[in-house]
Amino acid sequence: MSIEWSKYVPGNFYDELIDGDIKPRPTAKKLVEYLQSLSTEELKRRKQLAEATIQEMGVSFTVYSDEGNIDRAWPFDIIPRTISSCQWAKTEAGLKQRLTALNMFINDLYNDQQVIKDGIIPEAIIKESSNFRPECVGMTPPYGVWANICGTDLVRDQDGEFYVLEDNLRVPSGVSYMIENREITKRVLPELFENDSILPVDGYPAALFDMLKSLSPRKLKQPEIVVLTPGIFNSAYFEHSFLAQQMGAELVEGNDLVVLEDDCVYMKTISGLERVDVIYRRIDDAFLDPEVFRKDSMLGVPGLMRAWKAGNVALANAPGAGVADDKVVYAYVPDIIRYYLNEEPLLPNVETYLCDDPEQRAYVLDNLDKLVVKPANESGGYGMLVGPHSTKKDQAKFAELIKANPRNYIAQPTLSLSTAPALVGSGVPEPRHLDLRPFILQAKETYVTTGGLTRVAMKKGSLVVNSSQGGGSKDTWIVEEECL
Amino acid sequence: MLSKVAERMYWFARYLERVENTARLVGVYDNLLFDLPRSYSISWFNLVVINSSAEQFAARYKNQDERNVVKFLLADDDNPSSMMTSLIMARENVRTTREVLPEEVWEQVNELYLYVKENVQTGINRTYRHAFLDQIIKSCQQMVGLLAANMSKDAGWQFIRLGRNLERADMTTRLLDAGSAALLNNEAAEQQLDTSQLIWGNVLRSCSASMNYRRTVRSQVTGPDVATFLLQDEAFPRSVIFCTQQMQNAIDALPECCVDKMETLQSLLDIEFAEDDQLGENFRDYLNELQLVLAELHGQFAHCWFAAE
Repeated sequence: MSIEWSKYVPGNFYDELIDGDIKPRPTAKKLVEYLQSLSTEELKRRKQLAEATIQEMGVSFTVYSDEGNIDRAWPFDIIPRTISSCQWAKTEAGLKQRLTALNMFINDLYNDQQVIKDGIIPEAIIKESSNFRPECVGMTPPYGVWANICGTDLVRDQDGEFYVLEDNLRVPSGVSYMIENREITKRVLPELFENDSILPVDGYPAALFDMLKSLSPRKLKQPEIVVLTPGIFNSAYFEHSFLAQQMGAELVEGNDLVVLEDDCVYMKTISGLERVDVIYRRIDDAFLDPEVFRKDSMLGVPGLMRAWKAGNVALANAPGAGVADDKVVYAYVPDIIRYYLNEEPLLPNVETYLCDDPEQRAYVLDNLDKLVVKPANESGGYGMLVGPHSTKKDQAKFAELIKANPRNYIAQPTLSLSTAPALVGSGVPEPRHLDLRPFILQAKETYVTTGGLTRVAMKKGSLVVNSSQGGGSKDTWIVEEECL
Repeated sequence: MLSKVAERMYWFARYLERVENTARLVGVYDNLLFDLPRSYSISWFNLVVINSSAEQFAARYKNQDERNVVKFLLADDDNPSSMMTSLIMARENVRTTREVLPEEVWEQVNELYLYVKENVQTGINRTYRHAFLDQIIKSCQQMVGLLAANMSKDAGWQFIRLGRNLERADMTTRLLDAGSAALLNNEAAEQQLDTSQLIWGNVLRSCSASMNYRRTVRSQVTGPDVATFLLQDEAFPRSVIFCTQQMQNAIDALPECCVDKMETLQSLLDIEFAEDDQLGENFRDYLNELQLVLAELHGQFAHCWFAAE
């Protein structure tokens, strides 16, 4: 027995592989044919092989609440998600445009604040943003770029278009899983790579390295580049280690670094102290430097901000870049693009209601059962209300939260996230909702990953794709096509 | 190279070596049992004693029987020197230095860990023990081979060399000690059978040294010859002097630092045994002295390269 696609019902959603007539979309034609050629038993075997491969490769992430067993195997669905190279080219241009504008915006905020003076953004929004760092005012990092690494979450609505759901400009994670997912697929379904022209994804570490190198304050042939991790208990430790390994950079923790009287950063090595030029930091601003931010931080490096301000070390992302990662600022991004670039946004935003605005707030409070409410500064899908899946009690709780601190909440219509077939327990594909997180690198040049990390809500009907909350992932294929 | 990374590489190598040695030790004892007459009461507990773990054992078990000893040495993850603990620690050290080791090392140490976790309960039964231990030894050697073939011979490699050879030299002294202890036991029990050849033969086997010994020494197996071979043979990779030379080479390739305990070790190894030496209490004291110097050497390594303040 093999897959009976006639029993596959995507319903009212846009499905990435199967169209309304239950026919494979052009980019997925060969993939679907191939899957069809495998028996249900064989599919199950491949699924088991994937699980064993993940265990052996040690691809894992850490969940805070899991006691004892801190490492959890990466949940992976073997059926790839396909996107046409033509559509991707447009998306890529939109992502570049968006990050370029966002970086100009951040640099403006910490310097002239022309965007406020010109009335594009209300001053209050910046003043009240918990991610605005007054300590950074007056700084201009290399190339005027604050967010060198950005992970932008895209979703596809019923109409088949990509919308930007949020920009992650602080310490976005997931890129290592994008690369590992491809490795797993190559081992589990090797035959597939003969049929299609699938663009490779493993250029990212080299692009990251080149970008970081270009930030070095000392123009050396081999500047010292390090990845700063909070340590082994961090949920993304696997990724920190993976990236350091792929780049040939040192993986350091706060206590491996020291800032001396000369305001330079050094690392402790077997031959004594060695100067560090570029730090790819995977620690939040608040923990970066106990001299400036949280005094109780054991993760950071005392004096790091001093060294950064003196121009003796580059930090990526720059401290304070998170100011544009705020969900309230998000609502203004289309205006920000028009303002700085004098262009129309290539990628649309999801409609967003700002609870700070009395009229919009009233609408939100009246429609809590239909909307998704998010706190402005949380990540990882924590502290959200998904209206249609919530109880009256949840809604009442959120109504109180919003009234108490309207600036801290935004609301969006519940999107009809697209689906793709996933092999759930039974070995029969069922539609599951998913999103896409491409990663964008920016310094002098801008680089976009080929596709990105596809995250899947493995529970039926669920819209929550975060790995910390039971989400899984898929390999993402950009399939080469002739564009019209 | 980061001091912390250096330290982790060193410990990775030590733990990996310990995993292999523990597997060998239990395997050889198993073998010895088959060869000895039933009347001869061999004590499995000797294995606990030579690992200096008698106290920890007593805290967990009353019976010093085969099952408890093997379980304690192989499977107990709360025994800090069990094979399982060593493997967990080896894996943890690789997990935190993946960025400097060949990529495949992580996959292999992970595979071995999964294998042991899956099979350790059946592996401690006598029926499956041989195959289980064999697989572990092979996997360890595969990793050593991988490191030799794929790893840059940079500072990281030197720390791996330091760790492996320190651990190996230590183990060789403990195996000699086990031989001596078994003989003394034998005397005390006033047993009729001369088990000396059998015991020293097994000491050699536990270091994979039988064939090498025969080809090099070309005489029957005697205590003094075995001791001389395992301490002083310059060509055999598990002899204490060979390990010492390896450590010296590694030290010479690392940032300069004074490690004067190496000289103490060298001069201690300059020793001769009389043909009729019974290798009794004096010999055990001597081995103890060697082990102390090795511990002091570790202290000097830590001071030189690990503890950058």
